Amino acid sequence: MQMPVPNASVLSRKDEIVARLKQVLPAEAVISDESETRAYECDALTAYKCPPLCAVLPADTAEVAAVMRICHDMGVPVVPRGSGTSLAGGALPTADCVILGVARMNRVIETNYADRYIKVQTGRTNLSVTGAVEAEGYFYAPDPSSQLACAIAGNIAMNSGGAHCLKYGVTTNNLLGVTMVTMDGTIVELGGAHLDAGGLDLLGVICGSEGQLGVVTEATLRILHKPEGARPVLMGYDSSEVAGQVVTDIIKAGILPVAIEFMDRPCIEATEAFAKAGYPMCEALLIVEVEGSDAEIDAQLALIMDIARKHDPVELREAKDADEAGRIWLGRKSAFGAMGQINDYICLDGTIPVSALPQVLGRIRALSEEFGLDVANVFHAGDGNMHPLILFDANKPGDLELCEALGAEILKLCVEVGGCLTGEHGVGIEKRDLMNVQYDPADLEAQMAVKDVFDPGWLLNAAKVFPLADSDKRRAA
Amino acid sequence: MTPGNEDELAQLIRGANGPLRITGGGTRPIGQADGEALTTRGLSGISLYEPGALTLVAGAGTPLAEIEAALAAENQRLAFEPMDHRTLLGTDGTPTLGGMVAANASGPRRISVGACRDFMLGVRFVDGAGNIVKNGGRVMKNVTGYDLVKLLTGSYGTLGVVTEVALKVMPDVETTGTLTISGLSDSDAVAALAAALGSPFEVTGAAHLPKSPDGTPQTLVRIEGFETSVRYRSERLKEVLTPFGDVTADVGGDTARWQAIRDVTALAQQDGDVWRISAKPSEAPEIVARADAKAVQYDWGGGLIWLLCEAGRDLRAALGTYDGHATLIRGSADVPTFQPEAPALAKITAGLRAKFDPRGILNPGIMT
Repeated sequence: MQMPVPNASVLSRKDEIVARLKQVLPAEAVISDESETRAYECDALTAYKCPPLCAVLPADTAEVAAVMRICHDMGVPVVPRGSGTSLAGGALPTADCVILGVARMNRVIETNYADRYIKVQTGRTNLSVTGAVEAEGYFYAPDPSSQLACAIAGNIAMNSGGAHCLKYGVTTNNLLGVTMVTMDGTIVELGGAHLDAGGLDLLGVICGSEGQLGVVTEATLRILHKPEGARPVLMGYDSSEVAGQVVTDIIKAGILPVAIEFMDRPCIEATEAFAKAGYPMCEALLIVEVEGSDAEIDAQLALIMDIARKHDPVELREAKDADEAGRIWLGRKSAFGAMGQINDYICLDGTIPVSALPQVLGRIRALSEEFGLDVANVFHAGDGNMHPLILFDANKPGDLELCEALGAEILKLCVEVGGCLTGEHGVGIEKRDLMNVQYDPADLEAQMAVKDVFDPGWLLNAAKVFPLADSDKRRAA
Repeated sequence: MTPGNEDELAQLIRGANGPLRITGGGTRPIGQADGEALTTRGLSGISLYEPGALTLVAGAGTPLAEIEAALAAENQRLAFEPMDHRTLLGTDGTPTLGGMVAANASGPRRISVGACRDFMLGVRFVDGAGNIVKNGGRVMKNVTGYDLVKLLTGSYGTLGVVTEVALKVMPDVETTGTLTISGLSDSDAVAALAAALGSPFEVTGAAHLPKSPDGTPQTLVRIEGFETSVRYRSERLKEVLTPFGDVTADVGGDTARWQAIRDVTALAQQDGDVWRISAKPSEAPEIVARADAKAVQYDWGGGLIWLLCEAGRDLRAALGTYDGHATLIRGSADVPTFQPEAPALAKITAGLRAKFDPRGILNPGIMT
């Protein structure tokens, strides 16, 4: 993966830059020793590493603004970092950048149950947002699988989703307001405790802009009362076509499950060996979960089981209690860990129209054979968000490159059938050079024009999202 | 001008040498736009509808009625319940998909499922320089690049002329239930609505009319779904609401009153200026008290306030500062239609408009 050539002038001024930063931050919040900056050399896309010039850990919006003003004045690139869980390299440093970490900014600023929101500093982890309100029976809906570690800052940057977004939406649908610092150190307030911020929907474009428009320091998030209960069913089928038809039939019947998860045979086999969840060995396994009171759940599951039975399942298992529900989810929740046991893997997240599922799975199988690498599929079936896991051996020369080439082919396939490159992980550096597959030059120009307005000098996380050839011109300007 | 396809539209914009007033069906004339009329009505028709995937793609000029009929045939709907502005604004004509998107038109269900912008999957548009641009797509989860879909939604034609829209649609419901309490003060009503919205019973409408058609205050809570579930939740919500007053529960009754709330008929056909305020729900009664309005409707649990005020008055001056913003939807007051922005924000807005519409020809008088 190519990255821009580090700015030699910035590298040569390291001492001066660090000294300036120490004027506005406590000494322990500026990390410049090479043995310590290494901790920030990568995110969860560990194939790529580069220690930054230095890292700063400001404590509040004012400190972030002070850092940004210095970097802006001195022409130093800034890469914002939440918890560093990006699978797309969204927080990958360049050698000439200041990593701006929000980890110390993890306070709850306000909870308001009458108006159903929580205001937090964005270094707070996703799960601990729910943790702050669950005693009152509330939760924060977006639930990316890294929710124990990932920060709200990163969730906003990537517009993170989760397993339950079929019903509750993704980050952008649950974000009411932000405090943000732009590259020149200006503090901008958007939205608040009301719905639909006035003016242009800047909140909508900031969410998912991968930290390229500003550093979001505080966020007002919608919270919801927890449902009375939730229970899943598990069903196994002999073909992915039939499983796909079951999903369509459930949705057409007017039922809106909170989650519909899909696993294919390679994935079932791997997770069974690892977690022993008692899954049936079959071509396609579905987990469908619904919410409500016990009686409401019974009624919805009865409808779903009726639909499932019409398609000759090889297995049909309804959870009667929390224990059985836990066993049904066990395999799905350990799928990624199971894959990690077998091999190194990369996880893609292209989205496809649900109707294209059987066709896409068939083509992935053929590509997998052609490249000689195994691919296992986990899939948010309700919304078409695929998660092909490509297994490779990081110690085998050339295997990573082969794996990436196969990944690119799979993502091109997603676009070809009417889908997109990434449904929830973001573009980062990983899919940056595939953007031309999905978008024409005019489409990318329009997006880059937005960055031109927020960050005219292209200093903020600028080597991500857009093909390097396109962003290079702007960085040089 | 009524271009028949996207390329024609792009040519017209490239060739324009003065301001353009962009319209769909002309039913939502919010804000003063000058210039030659350019309508998207010629870009009409549904090009893709997959009920099993909950997705629909159509031209911006497609009448909303056509979309709603196609969805109803498959027992589906636009869940955000787009408001029809005709009654309130006294306009006629046919609301179009593009107009709905330009105004981010949403109804009472916005409080639970989200606004129009939350159901937008993709757009195609022509910017002020005549470039054809697409963003998003037709799938439900998509974080590929910047979300210009949301930026365009609710931009009132100031950044580009939307030519095609991809939407997420939802299943229609079997039954609707409405719980009603009469006689509450505004502040008690908002507290009752907060209690209902803070329950696990999935309220999809929460409104208060200080003066309902029969002259008394009426507080309304809506639930929807399968009939057995609606009956169950109706009983449970009754328990939640009883501390506030006598609750009447109706399951399976007509939904006309929710349509009236959606279209704000309580303020229609009366003289005066109509203001729409988005606010923090619990602060709504105080805001209304400061407004000295002739008629009021609370929606979204208090978070959406509709006010009918004396014509020509600057309501913003009377309200002072609060968490929210006010739009002059109909009226003659010599004030900006849209809430003026703080300087840092106004600079970003102006910058975006200059990028997307370098000649300043798209609805130049709107949203400034």
